[in-house]
Amino acid sequence: MATHRRIKVNQSGQVTVVTFNDSKIIDEQEIQEFGQELYDLVEREDRKKIILNFGNVEFLSSAALGKLIGFDKRVKQHGAELMLSNIRPEIYEVFAITKLTKLFEIKDDEADALAAI
Amino acid sequence: MPEHVWIWTAQATLPSRRGAHMPCMQEILETLESLGWEGRDLFAVEMALEESLTNAIRHGNRLDESKRVHVECRASRDRFWLRVKDEGNGFRPQLVPDCTADENLECPGGRGLALIKAYMTNVEYNECGNCVTLEKIRSTPTN
Repeated sequence: MATHRRIKVNQSGQVTVVTFNDSKIIDEQEIQEFGQELYDLVEREDRKKIILNFGNVEFLSSAALGKLIGFDKRVKQHGAELMLSNIRPEIYEVFAITKLTKLFEIKDDEADALAAI
Repeated sequence: MPEHVWIWTAQATLPSRRGAHMPCMQEILETLESLGWEGRDLFAVEMALEESLTNAIRHGNRLDESKRVHVECRASRDRFWLRVKDEGNGFRPQLVPDCTADENLECPGGRGLALIKAYMTNVEYNECGNCVTLEKIRSTPTN
């Protein structure tokens, strides 16, 4: 099992649920690490259904959004599915301003995402 | 119209190194908190600080450590003002692709500028584009 510094990974049946260790995703080094750990889920571990639970996340920068977009591309390239959940209103607004609500499938909470994915 | 009375002003010069803006940003946020800023207003300022300062370091000065980022900040209980100037060649904000257009949703960049514009009350660039001036008028009523 891979070790992760920036994310926590749990398996719920066929679905991989990821939570974030950092409440603020700003630092560029940390963003690189969290991006690589996400990429590994599909590229090395071949996981096919992934939920990113943003419950812990209080702030994220545009650099972090760029990394999430890169992850979404890799998910699609590998024929996997991605959903986002538990996004607090301030963070949802960041997705809405940048229209990433059109790119990502977002559910209110993890249970909704597990039921839909 | 009377000139605004600022409670706190500060200036800083930052090296063009990844993360060099963090202590400055933290000090400004803590000052605003002490002035009663909270919630969405504080989040908005944090976003504008993060995006404008990293833009100056990374895109303006291209992480060239011989170049500096000059920061000027003013704050009061209901207003925040920031000027960030880098020593790069500048850019033309109007030429940055609209990251919210359907065809650009998957592009990696351009979101920082959109976020600054959305969260700040006023955003102005100088002619050559290496200096941005931001202002936020607090939406939460002050007591």
